[in-house]
Amino acid sequence: MAWVWFHRFGSPPYFYRVARRLTPWFAWPALVLCLAGLVWGLAFTPPEAHQGYGFRIIYVHVPAAWLSLQVFVVMALSAAIGLIWRIKVAHAVAASCATVGTSFTVVALGTGMLWGKPMWGTYWAWDPRLTSELLLLFLYLGYIGLRSGFDDTARADRASAVLAIVGVVDVPIVKYSVDWWNSLHQGSSIIRAGGPAIAEPMLIPLLLMIVGFYCYFAALLLVRARGEILRRERNAQWIAEELSAPGAGTGSSGSGSLTGAFQGATGSNGPVGSAGHAGHARI
Amino acid sequence: MTQFLLMGGYAVYVWPSVALAVAVLALNIVWARRSLAGAQREARRRLVMGRREAV
Repeated sequence: MAWVWFHRFGSPPYFYRVARRLTPWFAWPALVLCLAGLVWGLAFTPPEAHQGYGFRIIYVHVPAAWLSLQVFVVMALSAAIGLIWRIKVAHAVAASCATVGTSFTVVALGTGMLWGKPMWGTYWAWDPRLTSELLLLFLYLGYIGLRSGFDDTARADRASAVLAIVGVVDVPIVKYSVDWWNSLHQGSSIIRAGGPAIAEPMLIPLLLMIVGFYCYFAALLLVRARGEILRRERNAQWIAEELSAPGAGTGSSGSGSLTGAFQGATGSNGPVGSAGHAGHARI
Repeated sequence: MTQFLLMGGYAVYVWPSVALAVAVLALNIVWARRSLAGAQREARRRLVMGRREAV
């Protein structure tokens, strides 16, 4: 029965409480790693042979571009899980990805343009890598726009899930565009056959930034997913308990026993009136 | 220090890139917290309303 632990994450109160507790464990490493990577990358890396110090844009461009792709994959996967197994928490996670993913895409495109001007002589070219990344931005925006067109969250979840699942086709296109077509954009330099094509003094701060961005995304996703879960759970007893728990607001402390997660799950969607003792909840 | 700020002549490209990334990442933290706070406010409001109906 070891596999059963996974099913608990489908329970909104369990997920909510675990998310609240896990957030600082990602937020602080994110801050430390990004600061370290940024200071190291911007101040202590040697100039690149052709690009001089201009290459240092890599420390914000590459992590943002990686995450722009991976966030879409996370979004599509959770949307698919939500659609197939009708799990509300999965839909909540998918919906939480959109704004963050859009932001990473904007940063990837913006920093890419600022990098392109001095190195390629132009801010923009209709190059396979650039164009497919721009399409990714439109997919994110389309996902957000589609969701906002529904008043009913459950219908928004189902419709936007289809868009995410179909749209994820663009991710491998962005990823392999530099291999499939002639591109202005350089090829993969970290994950490639024969090892990374970047020298270690330049690679280490980049890896710090990438791991930092992952932690940042995880922390942000957990915060947003909690909000999305609250929006999907109507009048559940556990919400009354959760919102009245000391320090349960946005902080990392707070109690809320995990053993009660399942009672909370079975009691969810019930009218709050039946949650008799919720009457003393601090509102 | 000046040399660091000049970025070997690429300052006009490097610093706006960093600024864009930092600004967008910081904004996202504000947005995410605001989104959660809004959902919590809304949930509290629903709880109060539900209780009034039950009475």
